[in-house]
Amino acid sequence: MTIVLTINSERHQIDADPSTPLLYVLRDNLKLNAAKFGCGLGQCGACTVLVDREPVFSCLTPISVLDGRRVRTLEGLGIADKPSPLQAAFIKEQAAQCGYCIPGMIMRAQALLEKNASPTQAEIRDHMQTNLCRCGTQMRILRAIDRAAKDMKTADAGTTTGAAR
Amino acid sequence: MLRRILIVVLAIVVLAGGGFLAWAWHDELPAEPRRDASAYDPAVVAKGASLAAIGSCAVCHLAKNSPSFAGGYPVETPFGVIYGSNITPDRDTGIGTWSPAAFRRAMHDGVDREGHHLYPAFPYDHFTGATDTDLDAVYAYLMTREPVRHDVPAPQLTFPLNIRLAAAAWKLLFLRHGEFVPDKSQSPEWQRGAYLAETFGHCSACHSPRNALGAEKRDEKYAGGIAEGWIGPALNAASPAPAPWTAESAFNYLRRGFDRAHGHVAGPMQEVVEHLRQANEGDVRAMATYIASLNGVAAPDAAAKAEQAVKNATSRQWPIPGRETTGSGGSSTTGLDGAAIFAGACATCHHDGGRLPISRPVALGLSSAVNGADPRNLLQIVLGGIHPAPNERGAIMPAFSGTLTDPQIVALADYVREHFSGKPKWNDTGTALEAIRRGKNS
Amino acid sequence: MTKPFIPPLSRRALLAGGGAVIVSFALMRHGLAQEAPAGPKLPGDLSKTPMLDAWIGIDAQGKITVFTGKAELGQGVKTAFIQCAAEELAVQPSAINLITADTGRTPDEGYTAGSHSMQDSGTAIRNAAAQVRDIMLSLAAAKLSIDAGTLDARDGKVSAKDGRSLGYGELASGQALHVAAQPTSRLTPPDKLKVIGSNLPRVDIPGKVTGAPMYVQDMRPDGMLHARVLRPANYGARLASLSADAARGMPGVVNIVQDGSFVAVVARGEFEAINALNVLSQNAQWSDGPQLPEQAKIYSTLTALPSQDKTILDKGDPAQPGVKRLKATYLRPYQSHGSIGPSCALAIWQDDMMTVWTHSQGVYPLRNAIAKMLSLPSDKVRCIHAEGSGCYGHNAADDVAGDAALIARAMPGTPIRVQWMREDEHGWEPFGPAMQTQVEASIDGQGKLLAWQYDVWSNTHSMRPGGPGNLLAAQYLAQPFQPDPPMPIPQPEGGGDRNAIPLYAIPNARVVSRFIPQMPIRVSALRGLGAYHNIFTTESFMDEMADAAGADPVAFRLAHLEDERARAVVSRAADAFGWTKDKPAAGWGRGFAFARYKNLAAYCAIALELRADRTTGNIELGRVVAAVDSGQAVNPDGIRNQIEGAIVQSSSWTILEEVTFDRTSITSRDWSSYPILRFPSLPQSVEVHIVNRPNAPFLGTGEAAQGPMSAAIGNAFARATGTRIRQLPLSPQRVRATLAT
Repeated sequence: MTIVLTINSERHQIDADPSTPLLYVLRDNLKLNAAKFGCGLGQCGACTVLVDREPVFSCLTPISVLDGRRVRTLEGLGIADKPSPLQAAFIKEQAAQCGYCIPGMIMRAQALLEKNASPTQAEIRDHMQTNLCRCGTQMRILRAIDRAAKDMKTADAGTTTGAAR
Repeated sequence: MLRRILIVVLAIVVLAGGGFLAWAWHDELPAEPRRDASAYDPAVVAKGASLAAIGSCAVCHLAKNSPSFAGGYPVETPFGVIYGSNITPDRDTGIGTWSPAAFRRAMHDGVDREGHHLYPAFPYDHFTGATDTDLDAVYAYLMTREPVRHDVPAPQLTFPLNIRLAAAAWKLLFLRHGEFVPDKSQSPEWQRGAYLAETFGHCSACHSPRNALGAEKRDEKYAGGIAEGWIGPALNAASPAPAPWTAESAFNYLRRGFDRAHGHVAGPMQEVVEHLRQANEGDVRAMATYIASLNGVAAPDAAAKAEQAVKNATSRQWPIPGRETTGSGGSSTTGLDGAAIFAGACATCHHDGGRLPISRPVALGLSSAVNGADPRNLLQIVLGGIHPAPNERGAIMPAFSGTLTDPQIVALADYVREHFSGKPKWNDTGTALEAIRRGKNS
Repeated sequence: MTKPFIPPLSRRALLAGGGAVIVSFALMRHGLAQEAPAGPKLPGDLSKTPMLDAWIGIDAQGKITVFTGKAELGQGVKTAFIQCAAEELAVQPSAINLITADTGRTPDEGYTAGSHSMQDSGTAIRNAAAQVRDIMLSLAAAKLSIDAGTLDARDGKVSAKDGRSLGYGELASGQALHVAAQPTSRLTPPDKLKVIGSNLPRVDIPGKVTGAPMYVQDMRPDGMLHARVLRPANYGARLASLSADAARGMPGVVNIVQDGSFVAVVARGEFEAINALNVLSQNAQWSDGPQLPEQAKIYSTLTALPSQDKTILDKGDPAQPGVKRLKATYLRPYQSHGSIGPSCALAIWQDDMMTVWTHSQGVYPLRNAIAKMLSLPSDKVRCIHAEGSGCYGHNAADDVAGDAALIARAMPGTPIRVQWMREDEHGWEPFGPAMQTQVEASIDGQGKLLAWQYDVWSNTHSMRPGGPGNLLAAQYLAQPFQPDPPMPIPQPEGGGDRNAIPLYAIPNARVVSRFIPQMPIRVSALRGLGAYHNIFTTESFMDEMADAAGADPVAFRLAHLEDERARAVVSRAADAFGWTKDKPAAGWGRGFAFARYKNLAAYCAIALELRADRTTGNIELGRVVAAVDSGQAVNPDGIRNQIEGAIVQSSSWTILEEVTFDRTSITSRDWSSYPILRFPSLPQSVEVHIVNRPNAPFLGTGEAAQGPMSAAIGNAFARATGTRIRQLPLSPQRVRATLAT
């Protein structure tokens, strides 16, 4: 069965069973690497992507529910030469070791920052608790999210000032 | 609702003219001098710890990122928000200056040491039945906790309930003082269980309907209630669980949060189980015996019926993923085919065998959330998932509130109801979901 | 990626066996020779692979390729190696192309384990690079007929003061680098270092944060199929019957591969393979395996098994009673590597050659094991390292590579990708072994340690391949292979007895290592090996002895430490934490611990504070401060990242983790049954201070914090609650049960 998915603002016709979880379509059909298989059970967050404004576990999201909805993956945020503010903050804070969990971490954090421009430490920790990291980079991940929030505000302020002039 | 509140106001006004004020007046009790933890008998403290666990005191008297009993938990009531108080022995912000008598008065009469009336979100209508000895044990337990300096916000209630005297009026109407007396014709274990469930356990607080003034309806005890947006399922003959509760299954559920004929605990009951794990095991067994008796099914029948329910539910199980994908027809491309959603989102865990031998959930046909007349609990579970307490082992079900749109959640819930319960369709799933999304708790 | 995606063999390999030219070089103190000199040992792994072109290649265009036999596991070694090479070759780091572990191209450096990478490979690369730079200088001197001492090597060329210059590419033509290394090199002096010691950003992070194909999991050559392996529920079970028809008929399924009790399903799509695996599992019957021990009695079961006892330290009379003598037993459960991404491998059997992409820590040993399993000569198997999810030791990486090779062998010409399922990763990986230690010690009238008697019981800490029987799949073939007999890892590094010898000055001491060969639960190397538990024991007991002596724990340690670097690290951590300055807040307790990993790698000390909730049993970690001495710090932020990570990971092990099992199988099979630390339970803060030692040898850092963190938690808990817990983990259940009494 053909299903139309909108992923990182591009429309794709996918020929797959409607119950197929998004994760496998991203990886197999679309050859996108960021979303990772971690548990297939919604326990670790390695497969996290955004659907509309919400972080979801793509390993448990059947493609049948995505008609007319906007899917965003890490690839849609930015590229190595032009990273998004959150990706840039992860690079600045060197917030990765093996990095396997990082795409999920960034996508989950992205959802937070889109809704709450100035999250507190407690809010960040609370929001991120669905995602596991085994290397122990969490302290850096927290710093990166915090830094991205501040960088984004500074950038916004810059834009506003510019416009006022 | 407004009309009822006005009646209360009227009642207060009328009563105020008479002896009400005199009746409602309580003196401040003298401050207790500071005592060292070693002044309390460890055996009494241990007993108090178990009773406090049965009472789940730490649920409401808990601050986020703060030790237990420091208070601050917002208890949402239909009348506003009340914050669990600090009951650590801190002398300024906790109950460090309370004497045993002051503590007993609070538990029995809902009056704090200074003489203020406490709101009945604090279930003194149950604690009033506890014995003095038991209350003294809980007192000893609390007084030997770490004092935590932590101020708790004042209640945010609507007029006239923001006047503490309103609590006194409430008591006049609904509080029945006196030690709980169990049915003496029952076994000692049942009697013990009844005492604990009716006093400290305050089980019926969530499992019974309440009237417009928030008091439990006495004639509908255990007919099912509402707590924090969840249904407290009926425990009497109206219980929605296909497998009747037995003393054994109720014990498994209360103690471990899981029983093979009922599944995993979810919602506000999860925190209750977290505490019951720490209680005296014999006491939890006694409560289980009492709870299992509420449905009126004789014990041997209940066990046989439970086995039959397990069989029935298993026959309705979802086939192993892959053997069959889309089930019940309907157009998959609309995204509203409940079977397709179930296959991709749920069946990885909720299937009938093969892999995942450890934390695989029980057949959905056994779930009271699926079998109940009200779809609310199933919706709550789909929206928020199930998560173990911090750092504990326990079933994890992810939240699907962002994964699925509201119409998809309704389609999924209706499909689950139809496929697994064999009961009549829900016809108000969408309305129930809307209510939860709006944050309406009743 | 199209068909011939197998990377070409290196120039070095093509040249292997060719003659070498002899280059004379004025600046070098020793004449270069064809063979490695028999005299002094060469630096790092140059001693095993002495030819310079095995480490560094320069093509005619001047493109520099550096080869290492070690692998990037997320610890950042690629970046550190590039720094070592760039510094000594006097080029920009971006000019270095680094090739990691590949049996077709790189030196054999064994396993990437034991915090050896910087010591072995980093040292080799740095020295090789310095010697290659000097060869460039001398070749240029000869060509320009000018004194080498007046020349300057920079950015890939050698320049004379008169403006003439020659590129490395021109100079390195022919076999200029096919020469043996010298025992000593002209290393850049500490005050001239530019790249070494700088926080060069990790070269792999930009790709990792933007979704580039960084992992073996992300490889998808044309024609690749997905495979999943059917595993029984319990150890040792054999396939009794299998009906594969239902699975074979499923959408996307291409093949069912079976050899004895090894069964795999191969499908076009990954989800199709998973679905077919589910159906296959329902149509398989397995025999029972051997009964597992009762978990509640695991320590008495293990210590009752026959052991090979070896006294690894024996001085004076450790039975001396002193004025106070204490004794305690400490326990550590089986613990899981718990990689976030289940293990994965890709294999292709093509033109009589088996090529396997793997995140194994040891491509050469794996190659040998796979070759033996498939009855192939070892030169017909090539293992290429590709990054996977972090492994922290010997997880299922080698096993899944064996799976992939077996399936690929059955399907010639087809690239086969295998990834394990979560429940298999948790259930079948070789765990970090359960251990028991017993320590008894006395103090004299001056409050100093007088005697120390220490016993450690442990299984082996390495069941790596090795022989083919150490690959899980090989044990299930129709003609199965048996695992190798377990062997202890000898001192000074040690396995179960790693760090069992205290670094403290104690006049009378005996340490006995009791090696238990029999393994009721599958075990192997987990980060730190026995050091994690031996340091937990030693450093917990040091606090107990400090209390017995009425001494401050930090002062007590300093009173028994003679190594100046050890003292410096202890003092630095204590000072940065404010150990002596202020008191902990009510309810909070402070803990301190120190160790030098393996007694020969990095020094690490940790001070922290925590409090415990008596009702929930939860431990709340406050401020954590660490100090570390890794010798010359190549990349300080890389060291910080490793220590921070180890602190968080060790917190998780120490507070939460325990593999569970019943009499038939492992029951901790996912994150709900094997919880690890989540964000809300992290320490409030972690700060790492580096004690840099310019020009001192590199000291392995990756495992240095694992042990000290556990003991610092145990010690702080004892001070916060007045109760010491000597059995790991300090889980909410155990804390509740302990504090309730």
